[in-house]
Amino acid sequence: MNEMTTITTAKDWASDQEVRWCPGCGDYAVLKAVQRTMPDLGVAREKTVFISGIGCSSRFPYYMACYGFHTIHGRAAAIATGAKLANPELDVWIITGDGDALSIGGNHTMHVLRRNLDCQILLFNNEIYGLTKGQYSPTSRVGTRSPSTPFGSVDRPVTPCAFALGSGARFIARGIDVHKNLPDVLKAAHAHRGASFVEIFQNCIVYNDDVFASFTEKQAAAEKQLWLEAGQKMLFAGGAKGIALDRERLALKVVPGDDPDVLIHDPTNRQLAAMLILMPTEAYPIALGVIYEDPRPTFESAVIEQNEAAASGKTPDLQALVAKGQTWMVEKEPHQI
Amino acid sequence: MATASHRVTQTEATARPPQEAVVVRFAGDSGDGMQLTGGQFTLSTALAGNDLATFPDFPAEIRAPQGTTFGVSAFQINFGSCAIDTAGDQPDVLIAMNPAALKVNAKEVRDGGLLIVDEGEFTARNLAKAGYEQNPLEDGSLAKWQVVHFNISQLTLDAVKPFGLGNKEALRCKNMWTLGLALWMFDRDREPIVDWLKKKFAKAPELAEANIAALNAGHAYGETAEMGAPFKQHHIAAAPAEPGLYRTVTGAESLALGLVAGCQLAGLKMFFGSYPITPASPLLHHLARLKEFGITTFQAEDEIAAACAAIGASYAGQLGITSSSGPGIALKMEAVGLAIMTELPLVVVNSQRGGPSTGLPTKTEQSDLYQAVYGRNADSPVPVIAARSPADAFDCAIEACRIATRYMTPVILLTDGYIANAAEPWRVPDMSNYQPFPVSFFDTPPGEGEAVMPYSRNEDLARPWIRPGTPGLEHRIGGIEKAPGTGNIDYRPEVHQEMTNTRVGKVLGVANSIPDQEVCLGREEAELAVVGWGSTFGPIHQAVRRAIAKGQDVAHVHVRHIWPMPKNMSVLLKGFKHILVPEMNMGQLKTVLRDQFLVDAKSVTKVSGHPFRIAEIEAAIDAQLGIDSRARVEGTTFTTSAGENA
Repeated sequence: MNEMTTITTAKDWASDQEVRWCPGCGDYAVLKAVQRTMPDLGVAREKTVFISGIGCSSRFPYYMACYGFHTIHGRAAAIATGAKLANPELDVWIITGDGDALSIGGNHTMHVLRRNLDCQILLFNNEIYGLTKGQYSPTSRVGTRSPSTPFGSVDRPVTPCAFALGSGARFIARGIDVHKNLPDVLKAAHAHRGASFVEIFQNCIVYNDDVFASFTEKQAAAEKQLWLEAGQKMLFAGGAKGIALDRERLALKVVPGDDPDVLIHDPTNRQLAAMLILMPTEAYPIALGVIYEDPRPTFESAVIEQNEAAASGKTPDLQALVAKGQTWMVEKEPHQI
Repeated sequence: MATASHRVTQTEATARPPQEAVVVRFAGDSGDGMQLTGGQFTLSTALAGNDLATFPDFPAEIRAPQGTTFGVSAFQINFGSCAIDTAGDQPDVLIAMNPAALKVNAKEVRDGGLLIVDEGEFTARNLAKAGYEQNPLEDGSLAKWQVVHFNISQLTLDAVKPFGLGNKEALRCKNMWTLGLALWMFDRDREPIVDWLKKKFAKAPELAEANIAALNAGHAYGETAEMGAPFKQHHIAAAPAEPGLYRTVTGAESLALGLVAGCQLAGLKMFFGSYPITPASPLLHHLARLKEFGITTFQAEDEIAAACAAIGASYAGQLGITSSSGPGIALKMEAVGLAIMTELPLVVVNSQRGGPSTGLPTKTEQSDLYQAVYGRNADSPVPVIAARSPADAFDCAIEACRIATRYMTPVILLTDGYIANAAEPWRVPDMSNYQPFPVSFFDTPPGEGEAVMPYSRNEDLARPWIRPGTPGLEHRIGGIEKAPGTGNIDYRPEVHQEMTNTRVGKVLGVANSIPDQEVCLGREEAELAVVGWGSTFGPIHQAVRRAIAKGQDVAHVHVRHIWPMPKNMSVLLKGFKHILVPEMNMGQLKTVLRDQFLVDAKSVTKVSGHPFRIAEIEAAIDAQLGIDSRARVEGTTFTTSAGENA
């Protein structure tokens, strides 16, 4: 990554292409947040690449004035892996959705996280297939009525952050499309070396409007959003409530904000991260911000280190290579046919 | 002790003078080490200066139940003092390590051929497992061959006794005893094998010594035992060959070397993305050890990721290569479509195997030609190249890299299980004779107020290769239809028409930079052209050679560039009166020839998992020319006209 500060403005990161999402789509807010965040990261446009799969959110790269690759359904992570291995100097952002990353591309999402490729993965979760006109997705709640499930979906949804944690991700965060904290989450994701997994709750105004309203609505926000900060108490509802450990049940519980047992957020605690991710939405707030961060060496650095070690002391001599092994010399033709 | 039962006529005995070429097949249980034995015998044959071709034939199971017919593993080698193009139709010598190996293989040995059998394995239990009701060594059922049998198992145990190995380990040395005997039979030097054993068992010197003792014992047995006329020492003179330095290569090896050379000639680092699959994996294994050539090998989570990662690497400025066999290629094809649409270089290697589905994983076939030429959604042509032999795979790999980078396109390189595993002598190429084709990345930013033009075109209709990281040329690419020049999303009808025309035209234009199709044997405008592609080269070439020797007016045309075809192909094919296309599929090249050139090409098809025999193609030639109209040879279907089997 380029460590030198590059001075840009949000405008420098907007391409000349007309944005084609539905009016009111949460994707606009995420695009603005990203374009606003990029100048603060001090990165160069030419070294930045946005790689996406297929779906509404995957149009994202066309609207960024850096390099971009709109690929095929579910495969952005695999293409990003090749690009980053070929040029580790690139700052790679993967833009994906709930169907793209967790249904057709679930395998690649698992492996890019397991390998810990240095990249930022922004998963726009709207719990629906938007671009194909509203079918239920792998994150849709049981009972979701859609053109493909007119009587309600019966299969249980995947929890994206739990999937990421189970896959071995070393950075897991959550944000909300229209929330002012999103740039901070993006900055933290970018600062982390390795695969940074960010689930963004994104409202699909056409096919799944207000599906996250229970915690995104203004009136509900204080009571239902727990913004985590490393080294700080886990407080919400304006500090009136906090999260503590129920030692008997080995689970989390909501306690008054002044309870001495209110937990201090330690993003390196994997067990705690699992509990925060899986807090049931009815009785608990939703955990937001950086839930888990515990860096490990990145995939591309390990590959390059091994490639260099294996190559060290050897000269790439093509002529010697083709003549390797047991050889023999034919001086002249032994006889004619 | 040896017994030999004869009932061989004079004609049979002289049908094939052994001093010219001999076909030997080693066959045993899949745990008997027959591939290893064959490989080492191949090395000694090459060092003796014989020309050779091999055919390893092994089961899909890693360790099938011992002693069963489906667990039989065989290695055939044809070597001689003349040019050898095939692994041989019928073995002259079969070395069978157990009843199952004898049962499966004896019927293929030529009448009058020699069977060398380990009688120590002919127990009631093993005979039953192989499905023999009586011991074939005793019931006279092998009378049409010359049979020599002795207790190789016991002789091996005796030879390795001093080394104190357990019974099981001691018996593992049987293959070296057998190799020793074979080395004696063909007057070969044991030193290279001894050196190899010492190196292989460097960490267990007692195993090295035991194996060397077994090897020596087998050799000594041949020298001292008096076994009568059929079992004698042969000396095969060195084959004529162009002067130079030689080595043996398998197709997988030479393909790996060719890809390395191709990337070096292009001045690019290689990114090789692959997922394990038979018989393609050896390519990944070879390349994984060559990091000093700027190679990154990536074992992906699946075939799709392997192809996509290679595309990502090409996007970032390396040469992305992905490799698999038919079923894996099917999974990659959507990604190949993306590389076509985004016009990024990519080399896709298909080591074909029997199919469809899992099919015959360890057996050869060339039935993915339709898949390579036609097997994608939409109008999405890619150049297709096919290697004819292990040595030819080297040049084909270089050619694939050249076309992919020059035309900014995926290229499919077809090889098959036979080529991948077979070995042949290879004259080490002088790399200074290869013309480099260095890639230049576009890095000139547009002038003030001008747009970046990632989809502008050069005279080859290729677009510029712009690596991310290049200042001032930031742009977006993708699988969506795009405007010429800028590459901005554009679905307008006239735009899709124009871009489709351009993509199709670009690939057809590859014909401008490939050599004219040659006739590799026989004359242009012959009465009959036998047109082949891929690994059928050997049997076709020999069959045509024999036909010409018989006075028939036959030519051999072997196609490397399957798509697009050389520019002279139409005129060349129309000059022949008849066209016969032998293929290890149900007639796929035939279809392309008929479609492209409106010629009356006829098929000779075989999908048994084994290569063609020379005799099968000879018979088809005879039938076509109306001589000895034996239209049907076992296992081969000869089609006299479209869709009608004779």
